[in-house]
Amino acid sequence: MNLRGAGSAVPVTIVLLAILVIWYAATIWLNAPWQLDMYQRNHVTAWSPTQFVTDTWNQDRPVLPSPHQVAVELWKTTAVVAVSSKKSLIYHAWVTLSATLLGFAMGSVLGILLAVFIVHNNAMDRSLMPWIVASQTVPILAIAPMIIVVLNAVNITGLLPKSLISTYLSFFPVVVGMVKGLRSPEQLQLDLMHTYNASRLQTFFKLRWPTALPYLFTSMKIAVAASLVGAIVGELPTGAVAGLGARLLGGSYYGQTVQIWSALFAASILAGLLVIAVGIVERLVVRRMGARP
Amino acid sequence: MTPLQKALALLAGLASLATLFVPYAVVQGQPVPAWYFSPVAALAVVTIGILLTFRNALRPAYCWAVALCAAIILLGTLSRIDKAGPGFWLVLVSGWLMAWLFAERLAGAIRSKKVGGRAFGFLIPLTLGAAILVIWEAVTRGGGVPTVLLPPPSSIWARITASLPLLAADFQQTFLKAVLIGYALGCGAGFLVAIAIDRSPFLKRGLLPLGSFVSALPMVGIAPIMVMWFGFDWPSKAAVVIIMTFFPMLVNTVAGLNASGSMERDMMRTYAAGYWQTLFKLRLPAAAPFIFNGLKINSTLALIGAIVAEFFGTPIVGMGFRISTEVGKMNVDMVWAEIAMAALAGSLFYGIVTLVERGVTFWHPSVRGG
Repeated sequence: MNLRGAGSAVPVTIVLLAILVIWYAATIWLNAPWQLDMYQRNHVTAWSPTQFVTDTWNQDRPVLPSPHQVAVELWKTTAVVAVSSKKSLIYHAWVTLSATLLGFAMGSVLGILLAVFIVHNNAMDRSLMPWIVASQTVPILAIAPMIIVVLNAVNITGLLPKSLISTYLSFFPVVVGMVKGLRSPEQLQLDLMHTYNASRLQTFFKLRWPTALPYLFTSMKIAVAASLVGAIVGELPTGAVAGLGARLLGGSYYGQTVQIWSALFAASILAGLLVIAVGIVERLVVRRMGARP
Repeated sequence: MTPLQKALALLAGLASLATLFVPYAVVQGQPVPAWYFSPVAALAVVTIGILLTFRNALRPAYCWAVALCAAIILLGTLSRIDKAGPGFWLVLVSGWLMAWLFAERLAGAIRSKKVGGRAFGFLIPLTLGAAILVIWEAVTRGGGVPTVLLPPPSSIWARITASLPLLAADFQQTFLKAVLIGYALGCGAGFLVAIAIDRSPFLKRGLLPLGSFVSALPMVGIAPIMVMWFGFDWPSKAAVVIIMTFFPMLVNTVAGLNASGSMERDMMRTYAAGYWQTLFKLRLPAAAPFIFNGLKINSTLALIGAIVAEFFGTPIVGMGFRISTEVGKMNVDMVWAEIAMAALAGSLFYGIVTLVERGVTFWHPSVRGG
């Protein structure tokens, strides 16, 4: 096997396996004190090392759940339980996903609009751009609970408050990427449009917009992941009603570590799927526009 | 003047003109006209006069002065009126249009090199910030917005000055302990691991895709686990910060270490430089822009991580704790005070990292170009 080859599948797999081994080892180490305590209390003296290891891997409320426990919990809460049930992780993931998608859509539209204004107006560029950058140094997630609670107080509930946080997090990468993208046509190309007597609108739709699309998709991949973070944090202050964030909070209230870890993995899988989905749309759009792979 | 500027000037003039003929506000149950407050009427007349007198030669300074006077007069009348009327909003709109016109005129002047962009460019964003604060104050107080929904900036400021010791204690708990310690350890670990795996192409190929995947994940989710493991006090928050900052730093440092060209590396070899000499004299300086990119991303991530981790359990001090409890008490101005402090701390943190970056990477085109 050629480990120095071009692909990165083999190294990634081996590193993943190593992480799995380390995880199992850490499970034994972290869960051992509680297990020893249990043995002492139940007067179990004759325990073998193998029994000890399997016991630490299968505790009810472990300090660190073992990978197979998380996998079983994920399987149970997605495949076995009915989707409509409150115990179903798919149900919670859907609640989070809908807020994420709404926020992502609003953030992308806002980002694109701002970028269009910034590119076409010098004063907008000078006045808005510094504040857009500054807006991201503000720990917006800290404001999340207030936005949720305050909007709840004036009877705006449901998806919108969560989505607003997602919007705030996701518009930034889109603005920055689109400003760069809309400015990426070279002077030569702009001059050509000028010799065609193209209006600003025509220049925008026939030159700037197509040139900016690759930048748009790159920044949308970042934006969709940020949007998910916003939705999850937005679910924390509502007091564990529904959504992956609520599962995290509920798990931490009741010490259900397996539930926390499975919610965390569900969120990671969701983030991966969303990024892949944006990538697929990108490939379709780019192919329609006539790009050759 | 461009068509947009003409439109702005026309609208500002019309708004000022209309101010003179509609009720300005309600005072003691009675609607009063603009000339009840003589500065308001004077402002409207002066605005129209300036727009008519200077027309195409309108200098940015005039617009700025008019907008500033509008802001001062508007805020000055706020305490004497019960409820804002159409005239009040017209003055606000005309002041906003004048501020916008100022930005347009100054940007145009900078573009045509009439005034230096370095000396005056910062005025444009500053004006926007001030305008937003003025509009916020005028809308919340003039329009009678309930303070639960959005308190005016003046009451937030009053709350900040009134509860400085409390804010300082929260700042110390969250920023000085959790954020700074976590940031230093997380970035340091990411940096060292990057240098360690840099020698092995196999590890680099295995860890890099995972690292960039993990840095896109919602890592704040580990906060409840860390709180469970390390307890309620700041070490659990620092642990969240360490994990959140580790991967962006790792990915950026590895990318940076690959940034030096083969030509330069060959030259180091002709000098018979060893691995460590090449690392310190060529590759780390070349990696600096990437490393600072990671440091800048992490400076905001660290603050978010620490504050969100406090939502999952904390001793009775800390910015995240204060935000979540004061929200429960509907004490919104205290929440905004914490947010203002968090924003200030975040911006300063980012600004300091940027300043250090400019000092260290003075040779980089993006710094040299100004």
